[in-house]
Amino acid sequence: MSVNRLLRVGTVAVASLGVLALSACGSDPEPSGSSSPEGSSSTGADCPQGTLNAEGSSAQKNAIEEVIAKYNEKCADVTVNYNPTGSGAGIKQFNAAQVDFAGSDSALKTEAADGDSEAATAAKRCENNAALNLPMVIGPVAIAYNVDGLDKLVLDGATAAKIFQGTVKTWNAPEIAKLNPGVTLPSAPISVFFRSDESGTTENFTKYLAASGGGAWTGKPAKKWTGTGAGKEKSAGVAEGVKSTKNSITYVEWSYAVDNKLGVAQIDNGSGTPVELTAESAGKALAAAKVTGTGNDLSMSLDYATKEAGAYPIILVTYEIACSKGLPAEKTALVKSFLSYFASTDGQASLTELNYAPLPDEIRTKVDAAIQSIS
Amino acid sequence: MSVLAANKPAYDGQTLDLSGKSGARAFKNTLATVLIVLAFAVALIPLLWILWTVISKGYSLLFDANWWSQSQRGVTVRREGGGAYHAVMGTLIMGLITAAIAVPIAILGAIYLVEYGKGTKAARAVSFMVDILTGVPSIVAALFVYAVWITVFGFNRVGFAVSLSLVLLMLPVVLRSTEEMLKLVPDELREASYALGVPKWKTILKVVVPTAFGGIVTGVMLGLARVMGETAPLLILVGYSKNINLNPFDGFMGALPTMINQDRTELALEPAADRVWAAALTLILLVLALNLLARLVARFSAIKSK
Amino acid sequence: MSSPDGTAPPDRPADGTPAPQAEPQIEDLVVGEPAGPAPHFEGLAAAHADDQPTQAAAAATATGPKLELGPVGHLGDRLFAGLARGSGGLVVAIVAFVGVFLLALAIPALADNQSSFLFSRVWEPGGEEPRFGIAALFYTTVVSSIIAMVIAVPIAVGVALFTTYYAPKRLAAPVAHAIDLLAAVPSIIYGLWGILFFAPILRPVIDGVSGALGWLPVFEKPTGDNVGVVFTASVVLAIMILPVVTAISREIFAQTPIAHREGALALGATRWEMIRISVLPYGRSGVVSASMLGLGRALGETVAVLIILSVPNGNDPWNSSIFAGGETFASKIANNAAEFDSPEKTGAYIAAGLVLFVVTFLVNSAARLIVARSGPGGKRPRRNRSAGGAAAKEGAVA
Repeated sequence: MSVNRLLRVGTVAVASLGVLALSACGSDPEPSGSSSPEGSSSTGADCPQGTLNAEGSSAQKNAIEEVIAKYNEKCADVTVNYNPTGSGAGIKQFNAAQVDFAGSDSALKTEAADGDSEAATAAKRCENNAALNLPMVIGPVAIAYNVDGLDKLVLDGATAAKIFQGTVKTWNAPEIAKLNPGVTLPSAPISVFFRSDESGTTENFTKYLAASGGGAWTGKPAKKWTGTGAGKEKSAGVAEGVKSTKNSITYVEWSYAVDNKLGVAQIDNGSGTPVELTAESAGKALAAAKVTGTGNDLSMSLDYATKEAGAYPIILVTYEIACSKGLPAEKTALVKSFLSYFASTDGQASLTELNYAPLPDEIRTKVDAAIQSIS
Repeated sequence: MSVLAANKPAYDGQTLDLSGKSGARAFKNTLATVLIVLAFAVALIPLLWILWTVISKGYSLLFDANWWSQSQRGVTVRREGGGAYHAVMGTLIMGLITAAIAVPIAILGAIYLVEYGKGTKAARAVSFMVDILTGVPSIVAALFVYAVWITVFGFNRVGFAVSLSLVLLMLPVVLRSTEEMLKLVPDELREASYALGVPKWKTILKVVVPTAFGGIVTGVMLGLARVMGETAPLLILVGYSKNINLNPFDGFMGALPTMINQDRTELALEPAADRVWAAALTLILLVLALNLLARLVARFSAIKSK
Repeated sequence: MSSPDGTAPPDRPADGTPAPQAEPQIEDLVVGEPAGPAPHFEGLAAAHADDQPTQAAAAATATGPKLELGPVGHLGDRLFAGLARGSGGLVVAIVAFVGVFLLALAIPALADNQSSFLFSRVWEPGGEEPRFGIAALFYTTVVSSIIAMVIAVPIAVGVALFTTYYAPKRLAAPVAHAIDLLAAVPSIIYGLWGILFFAPILRPVIDGVSGALGWLPVFEKPTGDNVGVVFTASVVLAIMILPVVTAISREIFAQTPIAHREGALALGATRWEMIRISVLPYGRSGVVSASMLGLGRALGETVAVLIILSVPNGNDPWNSSIFAGGETFASKIANNAAEFDSPEKTGAYIAAGLVLFVVTFLVNSAARLIVARSGPGGKRPRRNRSAGGAAAKEGAVA
């Protein structure tokens, strides 16, 4: 039969192509660490087997990828996939039971928008058990700029709000000049870049602008940008925009600012001395944060208007959202195993070099306890 | 003849005036030559530039044996190493499933249009619908499958869902090219077959389709090449996995376009940037290989008519 | 003024019924058969078809009833006919299903919409009072695609003419292949290349044009040095569709009957006059339809546009300049696909997708209409780009 012949030839052709191209059978790379000895698929008590799928915040992508890599050195038989499509997508996919846990830049919302609230839908997905908000990665948000010859830039909340609102339009505006005495600022207009997709970074940053902008920021904090400027897609887009555009500024996760070699503004939080963005200064701001969730729900409320000396106030807490109960047993074991590693000192230590801030010990132990309570 | 009449005005100004000064005509000719060569040069610059960018930045990883045999498991954007095996396999698997669904429908649909429904209202309706399908942007096809597969049926996002949306994109391409090829099969062949008492369905399968076989294969391969480079359905319908997953019905799956899409957010980091260009080059080579294959198959299967 | 008489051109005898005319004109040679399908020898098929011109010609004109079959193979026949019809029906069902489904998802959102869907440029779907309109999306989508066409089509025609009638044969084939290969570059790569490598060199062009013509709102340059503007996206789109338009145009130009060309040359026409008199009229409809297919592709392009274009903020007044940012239907949907968290919101984007679908369809239909009415050549180029490319590639091989 010719149709069959057609199909057969087509199939064989493509298959043989694949075989040709991939004459060696595919495999996963050897773990790069030395911790796992040859040929031992370490199946210890805390190393189950299987596949975990997760999705959500792109702000924690680099962190979770690093932790997955490290985790696989320990537990080689667990496959963890993380799809960094955004917090909203993560929660949506989690609630639709498409993934085993979600990453999100904000805790599940408890107030109902239309229909059930996020938290209620998530509880339904967990067979009527609460879903936990587990703070896991602290990502400082940098105000990144690209101005020739400007190595150091100091901003405070009000000035930042004015720049991003569009009321301060040039680099040599008196507001900026006052904070940067002795620095020659160009007279060029400021090109602002913002995230054109809805993002937790935008939400946290606008929370900061609203809290410490002294009324200069007129919009409500939201995932969608309401200020001035030109929008680019995702963190990579805004970082690239600033990199390629002179006299521009944006807000972006710290690691993108560092990787793209952009200038990072120091923030005068009102304490008098400008604070440079470091893991330490970001950690200090987190210490001012409060856990607002009850029991094992660890949703946090950050104090964006903190005036503590040496605290860098613009930080982003990304959560892992997981079922407290209600997943199938093998998935529960996997979730517990992976998240425990994520919250361990080991897991958190690897984040510093990626320009994230580790969880302070006090919060980390709470997170760990919450994870252990998952059943 | 109304067609002709409608066309006439376009020609009125184009009569050859051979009595003009030959200097002016020669000048025009030279000018046209210069412009055409210039257009060629202008076109070639960006096209070569793109190819050069991809090849020069991507070739080195392709010579690494691991590139063809390993996945990206445990490899982060800051680390070298790993390969594209998971993505190549994912792309091939999804492409093959797409072809397995789209090709029979497309060929049978074309057979219907050419052999059975010719000129009927029903055939015109089918033809019209194929036209509509040609106009469906990939993102709309992906949204549709998302709505059906996940919202209505409540299934998980898997490679198969991607294949379903790619079917919508591949179907009209293959159907149209097959239709054109079947139309070129001379009716004498059919009539000779009928005259020998061969039933119509056997005539189609044994005479018509084999005659057009080469062209059909070419169409299939090109349709496949087109859908393999699609990004939008992959973003919406399957999670990207850095691990090897050869099961299109379960779990996330890697693919070359999504591999590019993942690492392109970290272009500032060298290992990620290298992988972006290498994956792009791999995809181009894969498509190129398919095209060459199609040509080979077409050439060998061509029915000699003398 | 004269032309060859009504005898069929030697290399394309099957191209139509040659009709001797009292006042023969070139285009009269190729009157398309009004009834019955005109044969089109594209690409690969041309290779076989040229071997047996009389047969093919007969096939084209044979429109009489098919031979009815005897009882032999009745069951098989019915089965197979059923299968074929079923496939045809399946295509209809799929399209109807897609249409109905998307409409069903879009209508509730449209019903809740508080502002004019067609004329508003606000985009705030979801929430208590969803307000969204496609005016700005429509403008950017159409303007960027049209600029892409204006740039790409003349160049594509030039390249096609170069490879068919100017370049030495040895050069033409590899060049044709190289250009075809570019149709295989994934669009995500065009986007990356466009923003990283190409946009910086467009900077002076943007400054120059806006400096000279900036008093026109369309060329007005907003403050700042942003290169992610509609113009940049348009140029990259032009580069993206260039291979497609070139491939189809080239194939059609190559099919110009040799009698037309040699007739012109024999009259003493220069090469350009030959092209103007014989090749361009013959290929006109084909070029139009190739352009329309390119336009369709530009309209629906997603990832490349998403990477390049910067999005204007909601506070600034609307800027019609091609040197400002913008969003197209496809880029808007792709950029926000992650946040489809409520049916209303999803419906709004699906409604936008439907408009894109309708616009693309109208463009494709226009192309088809123009081609169906095509006088000169009577040739119908491929309806879709890939098949066109196929034929073109095969043509190059043959």
